[in-house]
Amino acid sequence: MHIDALSRRLIDRFQHGMPLCAEPYRAMAEELGCSEDEVLACLEQLQAAGGLSRVGPVFEHSRAGASTLVALAVPEARLEQVAARINAFPEVNHNYLREHRYNLWFVLTGPDRAHIDRLLAEIEADTGLVPLDLPMQQAFRIDLGFPLGDIR
Amino acid sequence: MNACLDEPRALQLRRLLETGLPLAARPYRQLAEQIGCSEQQVLEQVEQWQQVGLFRRVGLVLKHRALGFRANAMLVMDIPDEQVDEVGRRLGQAAGVNLCYQRPRRLPQWPYNLFCMVHGREREQVCQLIEQLLAEHGLSGVPHQLLFSTRAFKQCGGRFAPPPREVAHG
Repeated sequence: MHIDALSRRLIDRFQHGMPLCAEPYRAMAEELGCSEDEVLACLEQLQAAGGLSRVGPVFEHSRAGASTLVALAVPEARLEQVAARINAFPEVNHNYLREHRYNLWFVLTGPDRAHIDRLLAEIEADTGLVPLDLPMQQAFRIDLGFPLGDIR
Repeated sequence: MNACLDEPRALQLRRLLETGLPLAARPYRQLAEQIGCSEQQVLEQVEQWQQVGLFRRVGLVLKHRALGFRANAMLVMDIPDEQVDEVGRRLGQAAGVNLCYQRPRRLPQWPYNLFCMVHGREREQVCQLIEQLLAEHGLSGVPHQLLFSTRAFKQCGGRFAPPPREVAHG
């Protein structure tokens, strides 16, 4: 996808933090020296093109609730069906196909660990596949976004 | 913790925030209208949450695949337990490593306890970066695997706040 100059500046400047006030897009526009309408149009366009997931908070897993990384070894022939079933859980995010015997990898989030345990049991019952449950034990680096220099 | 909004409204606000701020001139007023409180209350609540560390960051959340980062590898390693802190700290600071987490092994199916995410444009470039990384840190000999992602079925933010049916009893 094409990334224009304003998108690049918006991403560069506000990926890691943005003003917290009643009119954040106006404040962002003032910082960049453009209009609020331009900022909103640019964000809408980025979102429509699929490059922007959303604007707002990324929750801290350990404070916001419980989460775990899950892997399933899905037979090739059942992949579409199982992936769709997994996607249907609102608690699932970042569901990826990876090159490995454990080929379906996704993150489960919920208000507490008991909720996660129920979901894991439900997934196993639904799919007949035993999930690998890999909760984070220690974070040495958390995802803080992308080095924009690399975005064309 | 929720001095600004009552518990049900605070939860409602969290659920709304998890899906992102409206792209409108007064996003917090829109959220306030949806949950039946004032814009000021919403702003104070969000500020308070930010202060107590509920958010990792607040800003633009990108989708790396659409932005051209199509080669995304998960490097998994089996590091002896007594070395995992030190190795994790070093890899966590290395250029090109986006995430570095320790997770439990699940033997015999899964022997790996240290996970790094490395994103790049080309697969070859990511492979080289990882080889270099392992060599620099004296890890070429440790059992490891590279799991490239070949398709994103879903990419969105976490849903931590309990759904409405579970908050009925507080």
